Amino acid sequence: MSSRSDLAALTIHEANALLKSRQVASLELTRAYLDRIQHVEAKIKAFVTITDQLALRQAEAADRRIAAGDAAPLTGVPGLIKDVICTKGVRTTCSSKMLENFVPPYDATVMTKLNAAGMVMLGKANMDEFAMGSSTENSAFFTTRNPWDLDRVPGGSSGGSAAAVAAGECVYALGSDTGGSIRQPAGFCSVVGLKPTYGRVSRYGLVAFASSLDQIGPLTLDVTDAALVLNAIAGYDPRDSTSVPEPVPDYTRSLTGDLKGLRLGVPKEYFVEGMQPEVDAAMRAAVAQLDALGAKVDWNVSLPHTRHALAVYYIIAPSEASANLARYDGVKYGYSYKETDNMWEAMERTRQHGFGPEVKRRIFLGTYALSAGYYDAYYLKAQKVRTIIRREFDAAFEKYDALITPTSPTVPFKIGEKTADPIQMYLSDVCTLPVNIAGLPGISIQAGFANNLPIGMQIIGKPFSEETLFRVAYAYEQAAGWWKKRASV
Amino acid sequence: MKLSRDEVLHIARLARVGVTEEDLDRLSEQLSNILENFEILRGVDTTGVPPTAQSIDLHSVMRPDEVAPSLPAEDVLANAPRREGDFFRVNAVLEDSEREFSI
Repeated sequence: MSSRSDLAALTIHEANALLKSRQVASLELTRAYLDRIQHVEAKIKAFVTITDQLALRQAEAADRRIAAGDAAPLTGVPGLIKDVICTKGVRTTCSSKMLENFVPPYDATVMTKLNAAGMVMLGKANMDEFAMGSSTENSAFFTTRNPWDLDRVPGGSSGGSAAAVAAGECVYALGSDTGGSIRQPAGFCSVVGLKPTYGRVSRYGLVAFASSLDQIGPLTLDVTDAALVLNAIAGYDPRDSTSVPEPVPDYTRSLTGDLKGLRLGVPKEYFVEGMQPEVDAAMRAAVAQLDALGAKVDWNVSLPHTRHALAVYYIIAPSEASANLARYDGVKYGYSYKETDNMWEAMERTRQHGFGPEVKRRIFLGTYALSAGYYDAYYLKAQKVRTIIRREFDAAFEKYDALITPTSPTVPFKIGEKTADPIQMYLSDVCTLPVNIAGLPGISIQAGFANNLPIGMQIIGKPFSEETLFRVAYAYEQAAGWWKKRASV
Repeated sequence: MKLSRDEVLHIARLARVGVTEEDLDRLSEQLSNILENFEILRGVDTTGVPPTAQSIDLHSVMRPDEVAPSLPAEDVLANAPRREGDFFRVNAVLEDSEREFSI
């Protein structure tokens, strides 16, 4: 029997092996993680809500299931859910004052699936308000710290999820990704983060930000765990008409370590101006290693419209957000301004005081881009350039099985460093945004460190090619071994 | 593209978000800066290019209209800021043309 401190920072497959062989009970494992949270959470601040009582009840149920010989890979394994995913009976805030006391009357489909798999939920993770941001500094409650350097951001918007995995406060976490919100924090915290193909995972019960871009995905310590979580959450859902009725393969079958014959492209536009030399060097070393592992690498790929992705994204995402966030009117749920009898004033004040500055900025931007006289110049134009960006990727995927880029042009930045200038903050997602615009799958994996600060590598594939991403990611991870290095908190 | 305070106020009205005088100054500057970064799109030739609203090839998805249980009214009303019986309570819905916007 292991001591409790040995039980922190396990992978899913390690935890599953211990549980299945009955060396550890889920109750013991869950208590070890709750202890770990008690120990480090004051420094990391990854949790909006800790659901310790629920977790202990779920652990007992999982132990009964394991005893009955009915254990799935996630049964009894403690995880964390980004606070943008509806959890029946458990407060779901989106790190917003608007939803500070909102308790969903239903579960998101991913929660129904994880609960059926025997999940133990430790709590709900902090994030940028309504998933708008790249650092968690837009949370209405507090900023999460990067476990590698507590003065730096964990990335965002799924910063709580990424930091908690990196700090060993949970075995795995779910995040959501609209423009990089899983991959960028995964890169910043040296964990694995996957944004599945648009339509691969049901969005039912995911609080909507930009409906044509949003996807739910896993943040994990290694690639095997990401495959295990995707196995559990992927698939068609009649409650999400944009989920695609494609069969779900067993993604762990792609973890072969073999790259022979695979064609990889490196698009030069992702090595952008303002990129840190250490990130550039780490990427070049990583690609050279992929080459040495047997992949056929072409360094001379060009996707010239990449430089338009930022503008396209910051027109389309706020436009969709301005429509989606119209529902927060203070009538059915959420914060409600009550100091007036006038309906319009109540609505205006509710939205004035319930939303934080970045959310309002994006609502204004989207409202403007969709308003009479500007629709053609902004929204329609952005949708057309979106088509061009998609076609450019389509053409590239005729020649390459996957594309390799940095996840972010820099290592994690200091808390407060970019809050004064929205454009500087937006630029930290410049490598991840195009993937959402085209609806592609993308994964960020550990690719090294600069002065002990994490560097992430992004692998992009054609729609529904998650198996290829896992194949590349796993081969590199096993050869490079960066995932073994853990933050000391 | 420079956004004036009046234009920001117009957007605030459309979006139904109350603002302060300081908000108008700050947003007029910040939104103008952001819009400047959108100018890059003007240079892209999009003649004959159709718009993309979403990235998957699914259109007009239909499903059978099957009867299934709804959420219990009590659960749905549990988050209501104000309720009366089985209803959401709202302020009187009357258009007031004289009313000033919430500044």
